[in-house]
Amino acid sequence: MERYEVAIIGAGMSGLAAGIRLAHFGKKVCIFERHYAPGGLNSFYSKEGRKYDVGLHAMTNFVKPGVKGTPLGKILRQLRISREELDLSEQVGSRIAFTDADLRFSNDFELLESEVERVFPREIDGFRGLAAEIRSYPDAKLDAPYLSARSVVRNWINDSLLEDMLFCPLMYYGSSTEDDMDFSQFVVMFRSIFLEGFARPLDGIRKMIRLLLDRYRKAGGIRRMNTGISKLETSDGRISRLILDDGKEVEAEIVISSAGLPETYRLIEGFENESAEDLEGKLSFTETISIFERQPADFGWGDDTIVFFNQGSEFEYRNSRETVDLRSGVICIPNNFEYGERSLDEGIVRVTCLANYDQWIGYEEDEYLNEKVRWNERIWQSASQFMPPSSLEYEKERIAWDMFTPKTVERYTWHARGAIYGSPSKMKDGTTEFDNLFVCGTDQGYLGIVGSMLSGIAMANQHVLRA
Amino acid sequence: MTNDECKKVVLEIIAEIAPDEDLSDVNPDVALREQLDLDSMDFLDIVMELRKKHGIEVPEADYGELASLGSCAAYLTPKFNALV
Ligand SMILES: Cc1cc2nc3c(=O)[nH]c(=O)nc-3n(C[C@H](O)[C@H](O)[C@H](O)COP(=O)(O)OP(=O)(O)OC[C@H]3O[C@@H](n4cnc5c(N)ncnc54)[C@H](O)[C@@H]3O)c2cc1C
Repeated sequence: MERYEVAIIGAGMSGLAAGIRLAHFGKKVCIFERHYAPGGLNSFYSKEGRKYDVGLHAMTNFVKPGVKGTPLGKILRQLRISREELDLSEQVGSRIAFTDADLRFSNDFELLESEVERVFPREIDGFRGLAAEIRSYPDAKLDAPYLSARSVVRNWINDSLLEDMLFCPLMYYGSSTEDDMDFSQFVVMFRSIFLEGFARPLDGIRKMIRLLLDRYRKAGGIRRMNTGISKLETSDGRISRLILDDGKEVEAEIVISSAGLPETYRLIEGFENESAEDLEGKLSFTETISIFERQPADFGWGDDTIVFFNQGSEFEYRNSRETVDLRSGVICIPNNFEYGERSLDEGIVRVTCLANYDQWIGYEEDEYLNEKVRWNERIWQSASQFMPPSSLEYEKERIAWDMFTPKTVERYTWHARGAIYGSPSKMKDGTTEFDNLFVCGTDQGYLGIVGSMLSGIAMANQHVLRA
Repeated sequence: MTNDECKKVVLEIIAEIAPDEDLSDVNPDVALREQLDLDSMDFLDIVMELRKKHGIEVPEADYGELASLGSCAAYLTPKFNALV
Protein backbone atom coordinates (compact mmCIF):
# COMPACT_ATOMS: atom_id res chain seq x y z
CA MET A 1 0.00 0.00 0.00
CA GLU A 2 1.11 3.58 -0.72
CA ARG A 3 2.35 5.20 2.47
CA TYR A 4 3.14 8.81 3.32
CA GLU A 5 4.21 10.65 6.42
CA VAL A 6 1.68 13.34 5.54
CA ALA A 7 -1.27 13.33 3.15
CA ILE A 8 -2.74 16.71 2.25
CA ILE A 9 -6.24 16.99 0.87
CA GLY A 10 -6.48 19.77 -1.71
CA ALA A 11 -4.01 21.63 -3.94
CA GLY A 12 -5.40 25.10 -3.21
CA MET A 13 -3.31 27.87 -1.72
CA SER A 14 -3.27 26.41 1.78
CA GLY A 15 -2.57 22.82 0.76
CA LEU A 16 0.28 23.84 -1.54
CA ALA A 17 1.82 26.07 1.13
CA ALA A 18 1.63 23.30 3.74
CA GLY A 19 3.09 20.86 1.21
CA ILE A 20 6.07 23.09 0.44
CA ARG A 21 6.96 23.38 4.12
CA LEU A 22 6.79 19.66 4.69
CA ALA A 23 8.59 18.61 1.52
CA HIS A 24 11.31 21.19 2.11
CA PHE A 25 12.08 19.59 5.45
CA GLY A 26 12.21 16.09 4.08
CA LYS A 27 8.77 14.75 4.94
CA LYS A 28 7.32 12.23 2.56
CA VAL A 29 4.25 14.18 1.56
CA CYS A 30 1.57 13.81 -1.08
CA ILE A 31 -1.13 16.31 -2.06
CA PHE A 32 -4.34 14.76 -3.35
CA GLU A 33 -6.48 17.04 -5.50
CA ARG A 34 -9.78 16.03 -7.06
CA HIS A 35 -9.78 18.72 -9.76
CA TYR A 36 -7.45 18.54 -12.75
CA ALA A 37 -6.15 22.05 -12.03
CA PRO A 38 -4.43 23.35 -8.90
CA GLY A 39 -5.45 26.54 -7.10
CA GLY A 40 -8.86 25.65 -5.68
CA LEU A 41 -10.88 28.79 -5.01
CA ASN A 42 -8.14 30.79 -6.64
CA SER A 43 -7.41 28.84 -9.74
CA PHE A 44 -7.37 29.85 -13.40
CA TYR A 45 -8.87 28.41 -16.55
CA SER A 46 -9.25 29.01 -20.26
CA LYS A 47 -12.48 29.57 -22.10
CA GLU A 48 -12.72 30.26 -25.83
CA GLY A 49 -8.98 30.79 -25.95
CA ARG A 50 -8.98 33.43 -23.22
CA LYS A 51 -7.43 32.98 -19.80
CA TYR A 52 -9.47 33.82 -16.72
CA ASP A 53 -8.65 33.91 -13.03
CA VAL A 54 -11.28 32.25 -10.87
CA GLY A 55 -10.95 34.44 -7.86
CA LEU A 56 -8.24 37.01 -7.91
CA HIS A 57 -9.27 40.60 -7.39
CA ALA A 58 -6.20 41.49 -5.42
CA MET A 59 -3.80 40.02 -2.98
CA THR A 60 -4.41 41.67 0.37
CA ASN A 61 -1.67 42.30 2.97
CA PHE A 62 0.58 44.23 0.60
CA VAL A 63 3.42 46.06 2.34
CA LYS A 64 6.42 47.73 0.74
CA PRO A 65 9.75 45.87 0.81
CA GLY A 66 11.44 46.47 4.12
CA VAL A 67 8.26 46.55 6.22
CA LYS A 68 8.82 43.78 8.73
CA GLY A 69 6.72 41.38 10.71
CA THR A 70 3.64 41.24 8.49
CA PRO A 71 1.93 38.21 6.89
CA LEU A 72 3.22 38.83 3.35
CA GLY A 73 6.84 38.84 4.51
CA LYS A 74 6.21 35.75 6.61
CA ILE A 75 4.80 33.65 3.80
CA LEU A 76 7.50 34.69 1.35
CA ARG A 77 10.20 33.72 3.85
CA GLN A 78 8.59 30.50 4.87
CA LEU A 79 8.06 29.41 1.27
CA ARG A 80 11.48 30.69 0.13
CA ILE A 81 9.87 32.94 -2.48
CA SER A 82 11.42 36.31 -3.25
CA ARG A 83 9.51 39.50 -3.86
CA GLU A 84 11.13 39.84 -7.26
CA GLU A 85 9.76 36.49 -8.35
CA LEU A 86 6.24 37.39 -7.29
CA ASP A 87 6.44 40.73 -9.05
CA LEU A 88 3.57 42.50 -7.32
CA SER A 89 2.11 45.75 -8.55
CA GLU A 90 0.29 47.99 -6.10
CA GLN A 91 -3.29 49.18 -6.47
CA VAL A 92 -3.94 52.68 -7.75
CA GLY A 93 -6.67 53.34 -5.20
CA SER A 94 -9.98 51.96 -3.99
CA ARG A 95 -13.28 53.24 -2.74
CA ILE A 96 -16.12 52.41 -0.40
CA ALA A 97 -19.10 53.82 -2.24
CA PHE A 98 -22.44 54.03 -0.43
CA THR A 99 -25.33 56.05 -1.82
CA ASP A 100 -24.81 58.79 0.74
CA ALA A 101 -21.04 58.84 1.11
CA ASP A 102 -17.78 57.89 -0.53
CA LEU A 103 -14.51 56.99 1.20
CA ARG A 104 -11.32 56.50 -0.75
CA PHE A 105 -8.45 54.39 0.52
CA SER A 106 -5.13 53.14 -0.80
CA ASN A 107 -2.03 51.34 0.40
CA ASP A 108 -1.29 54.46 2.42
CA PHE A 109 -3.47 54.41 5.54
CA GLU A 110 -3.33 58.19 5.80
CA LEU A 111 -5.65 58.49 2.82
CA LEU A 112 -8.41 56.62 4.63
CA GLU A 113 -7.80 58.68 7.76
CA SER A 114 -8.11 61.93 5.85
CA GLU A 115 -11.22 60.68 4.07
CA VAL A 116 -12.90 59.76 7.34
CA GLU A 117 -12.01 63.22 8.63
CA ARG A 118 -13.45 64.84 5.51
CA VAL A 119 -16.72 62.91 5.41
CA PHE A 120 -17.25 62.19 9.11
CA PRO A 121 -15.40 65.01 10.91
CA ARG A 122 -16.96 64.18 14.24
CA GLU A 123 -15.78 60.57 14.10
CA ILE A 124 -12.11 61.05 13.35
CA ASP A 125 -10.89 60.73 16.94
CA GLY A 126 -12.90 57.59 17.42
CA PHE A 127 -11.61 56.19 14.16
CA ARG A 128 -8.02 56.84 15.21
CA GLY A 129 -8.73 55.17 18.55
CA LEU A 130 -10.14 52.12 16.79
CA ALA A 131 -7.11 51.95 14.51
CA ALA A 132 -4.81 52.15 17.53
CA GLU A 133 -6.67 49.33 19.27
CA ILE A 134 -6.33 47.23 16.11
CA ARG A 135 -2.63 47.97 15.74
CA SER A 136 -1.92 46.87 19.28
CA TYR A 137 -4.03 43.71 19.14
CA PRO A 138 -1.82 40.63 19.62
CA ASP A 139 -0.85 38.78 16.45
CA ALA A 140 -2.05 35.23 16.57
CA LYS A 141 -4.60 35.18 19.34
CA LEU A 142 -5.83 31.68 18.67
CA ASP A 143 -7.66 31.15 21.93
CA ALA A 144 -9.63 34.40 22.09
CA PRO A 145 -13.32 33.75 22.80
CA TYR A 146 -15.89 35.20 20.38
CA LEU A 147 -16.21 38.94 20.68
CA SER A 148 -18.64 40.90 18.52
CA ALA A 149 -16.67 43.25 16.26
CA ARG A 150 -19.74 45.48 15.98
CA SER A 151 -19.71 46.00 19.73
CA VAL A 152 -16.03 46.94 19.76
CA VAL A 153 -16.40 49.29 16.79
CA ARG A 154 -19.39 50.98 18.46
CA ASN A 155 -17.17 51.84 21.43
CA TRP A 156 -15.31 54.13 19.07
CA ILE A 157 -17.72 55.09 16.30
CA ASN A 158 -21.22 56.53 16.67
CA ASP A 159 -22.30 57.05 13.09
CA SER A 160 -23.79 53.79 11.83
CA LEU A 161 -23.08 54.80 8.23
CA LEU A 162 -19.34 54.96 8.90
CA GLU A 163 -19.57 51.72 10.85
CA ASP A 164 -21.21 49.94 7.89
CA MET A 165 -18.77 51.48 5.45
CA LEU A 166 -15.84 50.09 7.41
CA PHE A 167 -17.41 46.66 7.70
CA CYS A 168 -18.36 46.37 4.02
CA PRO A 169 -14.91 45.64 2.51
CA LEU A 170 -13.81 43.55 5.48
CA MET A 171 -16.88 41.37 5.27
CA TYR A 172 -16.80 40.97 1.51
CA TYR A 173 -13.14 39.97 1.59
CA GLY A 174 -13.24 37.66 4.52
CA SER A 175 -16.30 37.03 6.64
CA SER A 176 -18.03 33.68 6.84
CA THR A 177 -20.57 35.03 9.33
CA GLU A 178 -23.60 37.20 8.63
CA ASP A 179 -23.91 40.83 9.74
CA ASP A 180 -21.18 40.70 12.37
CA MET A 181 -17.68 39.25 12.70
CA ASP A 182 -15.51 37.90 15.45
CA PHE A 183 -13.32 40.80 16.54
CA SER A 184 -10.10 38.84 16.00
CA GLN A 185 -11.15 38.21 12.38
CA PHE A 186 -12.09 41.89 12.02
CA VAL A 187 -8.57 42.79 13.17
CA VAL A 188 -6.99 40.42 10.65
CA MET A 189 -9.09 41.87 7.82
CA PHE A 190 -8.68 45.52 8.88
CA ARG A 191 -4.93 45.12 8.89
CA SER A 192 -4.82 43.20 5.63
CA ILE A 193 -6.95 45.72 3.71
CA PHE A 194 -6.67 49.13 5.39
CA LEU A 195 -3.34 49.08 7.24
CA GLU A 196 -1.59 46.98 4.60
CA GLY A 197 -3.18 46.95 1.15
CA PHE A 198 -3.85 45.54 -2.30
CA ALA A 199 -1.46 44.34 -4.99
CA ARG A 200 -1.51 41.98 -7.95
CA PRO A 201 0.98 40.16 -10.16
CA LEU A 202 0.57 41.33 -13.76
CA ASP A 203 0.03 37.73 -14.82
CA GLY A 204 -2.62 37.18 -12.18
CA ILE A 205 -2.94 34.22 -9.89
CA ARG A 206 -1.18 31.81 -12.25
CA LYS A 207 2.06 33.55 -11.30
CA MET A 208 1.58 32.63 -7.66
CA ILE A 209 0.41 29.11 -8.40
CA ARG A 210 3.34 28.41 -10.69
CA LEU A 211 5.75 29.56 -8.01
CA LEU A 212 4.08 27.31 -5.46
CA LEU A 213 4.08 24.29 -7.75
CA ASP A 214 7.71 24.90 -8.65
CA ARG A 215 8.80 25.12 -5.00
CA TYR A 216 6.82 22.04 -4.08
CA ARG A 217 8.21 19.95 -6.93
CA LYS A 218 11.80 21.02 -6.33
CA ALA A 219 11.48 20.19 -2.65
CA GLY A 220 10.46 16.67 -3.62
CA GLY A 221 6.74 16.86 -2.91
CA ILE A 222 4.38 14.50 -4.69
CA ARG A 223 1.13 15.72 -6.21
CA ARG A 224 -1.73 13.57 -7.45
CA MET A 225 -4.26 15.46 -9.56
CA ASN A 226 -7.66 14.13 -10.63
CA THR A 227 -7.41 12.14 -7.44
CA GLY A 228 -10.00 12.93 -4.84
CA ILE A 229 -10.29 11.49 -1.39
CA SER A 230 -13.67 9.83 -1.13
CA LYS A 231 -13.42 8.34 2.35
CA LEU A 232 -11.37 8.50 5.51
CA GLU A 233 -11.31 5.32 7.57
CA THR A 234 -10.70 5.52 11.28
CA SER A 235 -9.62 3.33 14.13
CA ASP A 236 -9.02 4.32 17.76
CA GLY A 237 -9.78 7.97 17.15
CA ARG A 238 -7.25 8.24 14.33
CA ILE A 239 -7.45 8.32 10.56
CA SER A 240 -6.05 4.94 9.56
CA ARG A 241 -6.54 5.02 5.83
CA LEU A 242 -7.54 7.30 2.95
CA ILE A 243 -9.68 5.88 0.18
CA LEU A 244 -9.24 7.54 -3.21
CA ASP A 245 -12.07 8.16 -5.66
CA ASP A 246 -10.88 5.20 -7.72
CA GLY A 247 -11.07 2.94 -4.67
CA LYS A 248 -7.33 2.64 -4.04
CA GLU A 249 -6.13 2.88 -0.47
CA VAL A 250 -3.40 5.04 0.98
CA GLU A 251 -1.91 5.25 4.45
CA ALA A 252 -0.59 8.38 6.13
CA GLU A 253 0.62 9.14 9.62
CA ILE A 254 -0.90 12.60 9.49
CA VAL A 255 -3.70 14.01 7.35
CA ILE A 256 -4.08 17.75 6.73
CA SER A 257 -7.29 18.71 4.96
CA SER A 258 -8.05 21.96 3.19
CA ALA A 259 -11.41 20.69 1.96
CA GLY A 260 -13.32 22.42 4.77
CA LEU A 261 -14.34 21.10 8.16
CA PRO A 262 -17.87 19.77 7.52
CA GLU A 263 -16.69 18.54 4.10
CA THR A 264 -13.85 16.64 5.76
CA TYR A 265 -16.03 15.20 8.50
CA ARG A 266 -18.39 13.97 5.82
CA LEU A 267 -15.58 11.82 4.40
CA ILE A 268 -15.36 9.91 7.66
CA GLU A 269 -17.44 6.82 7.57
CA GLY A 270 -19.87 6.39 10.38
CA PHE A 271 -18.90 9.66 12.02
CA GLU A 272 -22.02 11.48 13.09
CA ASN A 273 -21.37 15.09 13.79
CA GLU A 274 -24.54 16.64 15.14
CA SER A 275 -23.46 20.09 14.20
CA ALA A 276 -22.52 19.18 10.62
CA GLU A 277 -25.32 21.36 9.23
CA ASP A 278 -24.50 24.29 11.46
CA LEU A 279 -20.92 24.01 10.30
CA GLU A 280 -21.90 24.46 6.66
CA GLY A 281 -21.18 27.83 5.13
CA LYS A 282 -24.03 30.31 5.06
CA LEU A 283 -22.79 32.78 2.48
CA SER A 284 -22.27 32.38 -1.22
CA PHE A 285 -21.50 34.73 -4.05
CA THR A 286 -21.61 35.21 -7.78
CA GLU A 287 -18.71 36.62 -9.72
CA THR A 288 -19.10 38.13 -13.18
CA ILE A 289 -16.19 38.93 -15.48
CA SER A 290 -16.57 41.25 -18.47
CA ILE A 291 -13.86 41.57 -21.08
CA PHE A 292 -13.39 44.59 -23.35
CA GLU A 293 -11.05 45.23 -26.23
CA ARG A 294 -10.34 48.70 -24.88
CA GLN A 295 -8.87 49.69 -21.56
CA PRO A 296 -11.32 50.72 -18.80
CA ALA A 297 -9.87 54.24 -18.87
CA ASP A 298 -11.22 54.63 -22.43
CA PHE A 299 -14.71 54.19 -21.00
CA GLY A 300 -14.14 57.00 -18.55
CA TRP A 301 -14.29 54.59 -15.66
CA GLY A 302 -11.50 56.33 -13.82
CA ASP A 303 -8.72 54.64 -12.00
CA ASP A 304 -10.47 52.90 -9.14
CA THR A 305 -8.90 49.52 -8.47
CA ILE A 306 -11.67 48.14 -6.29
CA VAL A 307 -15.04 49.65 -5.37
CA PHE A 308 -17.10 48.25 -2.49
CA PHE A 309 -20.58 49.52 -3.18
CA ASN A 310 -23.87 49.59 -1.32
CA GLN A 311 -27.20 51.14 -2.23
CA GLY A 312 -28.96 52.96 0.54
CA SER A 313 -27.62 53.64 3.98
CA GLU A 314 -27.95 50.26 5.57
CA PHE A 315 -25.56 47.49 4.64
CA GLU A 316 -26.78 43.89 4.91
CA TYR A 317 -24.25 41.11 4.67
CA ARG A 318 -26.39 37.98 4.78
CA ASN A 319 -27.53 35.07 2.71
CA SER A 320 -29.30 36.67 -0.22
CA ARG A 321 -33.11 36.34 -0.34
CA GLU A 322 -33.06 36.89 -4.08
CA THR A 323 -31.03 34.85 -6.54
CA VAL A 324 -28.48 37.64 -6.38
CA ASP A 325 -28.49 40.51 -3.91
CA LEU A 326 -28.06 43.50 -6.20
CA ARG A 327 -27.91 46.07 -3.46
CA SER A 328 -24.22 45.67 -2.68
CA GLY A 329 -21.09 44.17 -4.13
CA VAL A 330 -17.49 44.59 -5.16
CA ILE A 331 -16.24 45.94 -8.49
CA CYS A 332 -12.65 45.13 -9.40
CA ILE A 333 -10.77 46.55 -12.38
CA PRO A 334 -7.57 44.50 -12.67
CA ASN A 335 -6.17 47.01 -15.18
CA ASN A 336 -5.93 49.62 -12.44
CA PHE A 337 -2.77 48.50 -10.71
CA GLU A 338 0.57 50.29 -11.03
CA TYR A 339 2.13 48.06 -13.68
CA GLY A 340 4.53 50.76 -14.84
CA GLU A 341 5.35 50.39 -18.52
CA ARG A 342 3.37 47.21 -18.80
CA SER A 343 -0.39 46.73 -19.05
CA LEU A 344 -3.03 44.07 -19.47
CA ASP A 345 -3.98 43.41 -23.09
CA GLU A 346 -7.70 43.71 -22.55
CA GLY A 347 -10.00 45.64 -20.28
CA ILE A 348 -11.45 43.58 -17.44
CA VAL A 349 -14.21 44.38 -14.99
CA ARG A 350 -15.18 41.87 -12.30
CA VAL A 351 -18.17 42.18 -9.99
CA THR A 352 -18.89 40.09 -6.89
CA CYS A 353 -22.33 39.96 -5.27
CA LEU A 354 -23.98 37.93 -2.53
CA ALA A 355 -26.11 35.14 -3.96
CA ASN A 356 -28.56 32.48 -2.91
CA TYR A 357 -27.17 28.96 -3.16
CA ASP A 358 -30.53 27.13 -3.05
CA GLN A 359 -31.92 29.12 -5.96
CA TRP A 360 -28.86 28.65 -8.15
CA ILE A 361 -28.72 24.95 -7.44
CA GLY A 362 -32.45 24.59 -8.15
CA TYR A 363 -32.36 25.69 -11.78
CA GLU A 364 -32.50 23.15 -14.60
CA GLU A 365 -29.53 23.35 -16.98
CA ASP A 366 -31.20 25.60 -19.63
CA GLU A 367 -32.78 27.78 -17.04
CA TYR A 368 -29.43 28.06 -15.26
CA LEU A 369 -27.77 29.46 -18.37
CA ASN A 370 -30.61 31.90 -18.97
CA GLU A 371 -30.49 33.07 -15.38
CA LYS A 372 -26.79 33.70 -15.74
CA VAL A 373 -27.41 35.95 -18.75
CA ARG A 374 -30.22 37.75 -16.96
CA TRP A 375 -28.38 38.31 -13.72
CA ASN A 376 -25.16 39.28 -15.42
CA GLU A 377 -27.00 42.23 -16.99
CA ARG A 378 -28.74 43.19 -13.80
CA ILE A 379 -25.51 43.03 -11.81
CA TRP A 380 -23.87 45.26 -14.33
CA GLN A 381 -26.68 47.83 -14.11
CA SER A 382 -26.47 47.87 -10.37
CA ALA A 383 -22.68 48.12 -10.21
CA SER A 384 -22.37 50.73 -12.94
CA GLN A 385 -24.26 53.22 -10.79
CA PHE A 386 -21.15 53.37 -8.66
CA MET A 387 -18.75 53.90 -11.55
CA PRO A 388 -18.29 57.16 -13.42
CA PRO A 389 -20.78 57.41 -16.32
CA SER A 390 -19.36 55.92 -19.48
CA SER A 391 -19.17 57.50 -22.87
CA LEU A 392 -19.30 54.08 -24.53
CA GLU A 393 -21.97 51.44 -24.60
CA TYR A 394 -21.07 48.59 -22.35
CA GLU A 395 -22.92 45.87 -24.21
CA LYS A 396 -21.61 46.79 -27.63
CA GLU A 397 -18.06 47.00 -26.41
CA ARG A 398 -17.99 43.80 -24.43
CA ILE A 399 -16.21 41.01 -26.29
CA ALA A 400 -16.59 38.19 -23.77
CA TRP A 401 -17.96 37.46 -20.35
CA ASP A 402 -18.23 34.68 -17.83
CA MET A 403 -20.00 34.18 -14.55
CA PHE A 404 -19.55 31.87 -11.56
CA THR A 405 -22.36 31.04 -9.24
CA PRO A 406 -22.45 29.14 -5.94
CA LYS A 407 -23.09 26.07 -8.10
CA THR A 408 -19.84 26.61 -10.00
CA VAL A 409 -17.87 26.97 -6.79
CA GLU A 410 -19.36 23.79 -5.36
CA ARG A 411 -18.79 21.88 -8.58
CA TYR A 412 -15.11 22.70 -8.86
CA THR A 413 -14.00 23.01 -5.23
CA TRP A 414 -16.49 20.79 -3.39
CA HIS A 415 -17.10 23.47 -0.78
CA ALA A 416 -20.53 22.82 0.73
CA ARG A 417 -23.15 25.29 -0.52
CA GLY A 418 -20.48 26.96 -2.66
CA ALA A 419 -19.46 28.89 0.42
CA ILE A 420 -16.20 30.58 -0.44
CA TYR A 421 -15.42 31.54 3.13
CA GLY A 422 -16.46 28.19 4.51
CA SER A 423 -17.96 27.37 7.83
CA PRO A 424 -19.12 30.11 10.20
CA SER A 425 -17.26 28.39 13.03
CA LYS A 426 -13.52 28.03 12.65
CA MET A 427 -11.05 25.59 14.17
CA LYS A 428 -8.39 28.12 14.94
CA ASP A 429 -5.85 25.62 16.25
CA GLY A 430 -6.52 23.29 13.33
CA THR A 431 -7.28 20.27 15.49
CA THR A 432 -10.27 18.01 14.92
CA GLU A 433 -11.92 15.18 16.80
CA PHE A 434 -9.28 12.83 15.38
CA ASP A 435 -5.72 12.84 16.72
CA ASN A 436 -3.90 12.81 13.40
CA LEU A 437 -6.34 14.89 11.35
CA PHE A 438 -5.90 18.64 11.04
CA VAL A 439 -7.62 21.31 8.98
CA CYS A 440 -5.92 24.15 7.16
CA GLY A 441 -7.12 26.97 4.95
CA THR A 442 -10.63 28.29 4.91
CA ASP A 443 -11.98 26.49 7.96
CA GLN A 444 -8.93 26.99 10.12
CA GLY A 445 -9.95 30.61 9.94
CA TYR A 446 -7.43 32.40 7.75
CA LEU A 447 -9.11 33.53 4.57
CA GLY A 448 -8.04 34.94 1.27
CA ILE A 449 -4.94 34.14 -0.72
CA VAL A 450 -2.35 35.33 1.77
CA GLY A 451 -4.39 34.12 4.73
CA SER A 452 -4.87 30.63 3.40
CA MET A 453 -1.16 30.27 2.62
CA LEU A 454 -0.31 31.45 6.11
CA SER A 455 -2.74 28.89 7.45
CA GLY A 456 -1.13 26.03 5.53
CA ILE A 457 2.29 27.12 6.76
CA ALA A 458 1.19 27.50 10.38
CA MET A 459 -0.59 24.15 10.49
CA ALA A 460 2.35 22.32 8.89
CA ASN A 461 4.76 23.94 11.35
CA GLN A 462 2.64 23.37 14.41
CA HIS A 463 1.29 19.89 13.87
CA VAL A 464 4.08 18.25 11.89
CA LEU A 465 7.42 20.03 11.99
CA ARG A 466 7.32 21.15 15.60
CA ALA A 467 5.62 18.04 16.89
CA MET B 1 35.17 23.65 13.30
CA THR B 2 35.97 26.90 15.10
CA ASN B 3 33.49 29.24 16.76
CA ASP B 4 33.89 31.70 13.91
CA GLU B 5 33.23 29.06 11.28
CA CYS B 6 30.14 28.04 13.18
CA LYS B 7 28.87 31.63 13.24
CA LYS B 8 29.34 31.72 9.49
CA VAL B 9 27.25 28.58 9.06
CA VAL B 10 24.46 30.08 11.17
CA LEU B 11 24.60 33.34 9.23
CA GLU B 12 24.36 31.43 5.97
CA ILE B 13 21.23 29.74 7.21
CA ILE B 14 19.71 33.04 8.31
CA ALA B 15 20.59 34.59 4.94
CA GLU B 16 18.66 31.85 3.22
CA ILE B 17 15.65 32.06 5.53
CA ALA B 18 15.50 35.84 5.65
CA PRO B 19 17.13 37.16 2.47
CA ASP B 20 15.64 40.59 3.17
CA GLU B 21 17.71 41.09 6.36
CA ASP B 22 21.01 42.94 6.42
CA LEU B 23 23.48 40.53 8.01
CA SER B 24 26.66 42.51 7.41
CA ASP B 25 26.84 43.86 10.92
CA VAL B 26 25.39 41.36 13.37
CA ASN B 27 26.74 41.79 16.90
CA PRO B 28 27.42 38.27 18.25
CA ASP B 29 26.75 39.31 21.84
CA VAL B 30 23.32 40.80 21.28
CA ALA B 31 20.18 38.69 20.84
CA LEU B 32 19.42 38.04 17.16
CA ARG B 33 15.82 39.06 17.72
CA GLU B 34 16.93 42.50 18.89
CA GLN B 35 18.95 43.15 15.76
CA LEU B 36 16.99 41.33 13.12
CA ASP B 37 13.34 40.83 12.41
CA LEU B 38 13.11 37.13 13.21
CA ASP B 39 9.99 35.54 14.67
CA SER B 40 9.34 32.11 16.11
CA MET B 41 8.66 30.72 12.60
CA ASP B 42 12.14 31.84 11.55
CA PHE B 43 13.75 30.23 14.59
CA LEU B 44 11.94 27.00 13.80
CA ASP B 45 13.52 27.23 10.36
CA ILE B 46 17.00 27.76 11.78
CA VAL B 47 16.58 24.57 13.79
CA MET B 48 15.11 22.68 10.83
CA GLU B 49 17.84 23.81 8.43
CA LEU B 50 20.53 22.80 10.93
CA ARG B 51 19.06 19.33 10.89
CA LYS B 52 18.49 19.21 7.14
CA LYS B 53 21.83 20.63 6.05
CA HIS B 54 24.15 19.50 8.82
CA GLY B 55 22.43 16.69 10.67
CA ILE B 56 22.46 18.67 13.92
CA GLU B 57 19.56 18.15 16.31
CA VAL B 58 18.46 20.95 18.61
CA PRO B 59 15.84 19.72 21.09
CA GLU B 60 13.07 22.21 21.85
CA ALA B 61 14.33 22.65 25.42
CA ASP B 62 17.56 24.08 24.01
CA TYR B 63 16.05 26.64 21.61
CA GLY B 64 17.10 29.35 24.07
CA GLU B 65 20.75 28.53 23.29
CA LEU B 66 20.24 30.01 19.83
CA ALA B 67 19.41 33.49 21.13
CA SER B 68 22.55 35.28 19.90
CA LEU B 69 25.18 34.45 17.33
CA GLY B 70 27.68 34.01 20.17
CA SER B 71 25.48 31.61 22.11
CA CYS B 72 24.73 29.72 18.87
CA ALA B 73 28.44 29.21 18.32
CA ALA B 74 29.06 28.15 21.92
CA TYR B 75 26.24 25.64 21.77
CA LEU B 76 26.61 24.35 18.21
CA THR B 77 30.40 24.18 17.68
CA PRO B 78 30.84 21.14 19.96
CA LYS B 79 27.90 19.51 18.19
CA PHE B 80 29.51 20.07 14.79
CA ASN B 81 32.82 18.75 16.08
CA ALA B 82 31.16 15.68 17.54
CA LEU B 83 29.87 14.81 14.04
CA VAL B 84 33.30 14.03 12.60
C1 LIG C 1 -14.73 34.49 -6.93
C2 LIG C 1 -13.70 34.55 -5.85
C3 LIG C 1 -12.96 35.73 -5.66
C4 LIG C 1 -11.96 35.78 -4.68
N1 LIG C 1 -11.19 36.89 -4.62
C5 LIG C 1 -10.14 36.93 -3.76
C6 LIG C 1 -9.24 38.03 -3.77
O1 LIG C 1 -9.34 38.93 -4.58
N2 LIG C 1 -8.25 38.05 -2.86
C7 LIG C 1 -8.06 37.05 -1.96
O2 LIG C 1 -7.13 37.11 -1.17
N3 LIG C 1 -8.90 35.99 -1.93
C8 LIG C 1 -9.93 35.91 -2.81
N4 LIG C 1 -10.78 34.83 -2.80
C9 LIG C 1 -10.65 33.87 -1.69
C10 LIG C 1 -9.50 32.92 -1.85
O3 LIG C 1 -9.52 32.41 -3.16
C11 LIG C 1 -9.66 31.75 -0.87
O4 LIG C 1 -9.82 32.25 0.43
C12 LIG C 1 -8.44 30.82 -0.88
O5 LIG C 1 -8.06 30.51 -2.19
C13 LIG C 1 -8.80 29.54 -0.10
O6 LIG C 1 -7.78 28.59 -0.21
P1 LIG C 1 -7.90 27.20 0.55
O7 LIG C 1 -6.65 26.49 0.26
O8 LIG C 1 -8.28 27.42 1.95
O9 LIG C 1 -9.15 26.46 -0.08
P2 LIG C 1 -9.41 25.87 -1.54
O10 LIG C 1 -8.83 26.74 -2.55
O11 LIG C 1 -10.85 25.61 -1.63
O12 LIG C 1 -8.62 24.49 -1.55
C14 LIG C 1 -9.24 23.28 -1.27
C15 LIG C 1 -8.90 22.29 -2.37
O13 LIG C 1 -9.33 21.01 -1.97
C16 LIG C 1 -9.86 20.31 -3.08
N5 LIG C 1 -10.74 19.27 -2.57
C17 LIG C 1 -11.92 19.42 -1.94
N6 LIG C 1 -12.42 18.22 -1.57
C18 LIG C 1 -11.52 17.29 -1.96
C19 LIG C 1 -11.44 15.86 -1.83
N7 LIG C 1 -12.39 15.17 -1.21
N8 LIG C 1 -10.36 15.22 -2.34
C20 LIG C 1 -9.35 15.93 -2.96
N9 LIG C 1 -9.38 17.27 -3.09
C21 LIG C 1 -10.45 17.95 -2.60
C22 LIG C 1 -10.54 21.39 -3.87
O14 LIG C 1 -10.70 21.03 -5.21
C23 LIG C 1 -9.58 22.58 -3.69
O15 LIG C 1 -8.62 22.61 -4.71
C24 LIG C 1 -11.75 34.69 -3.81
C25 LIG C 1 -12.49 33.53 -4.00
C26 LIG C 1 -13.42 33.43 -5.04
C27 LIG C 1 -14.12 32.14 -5.27
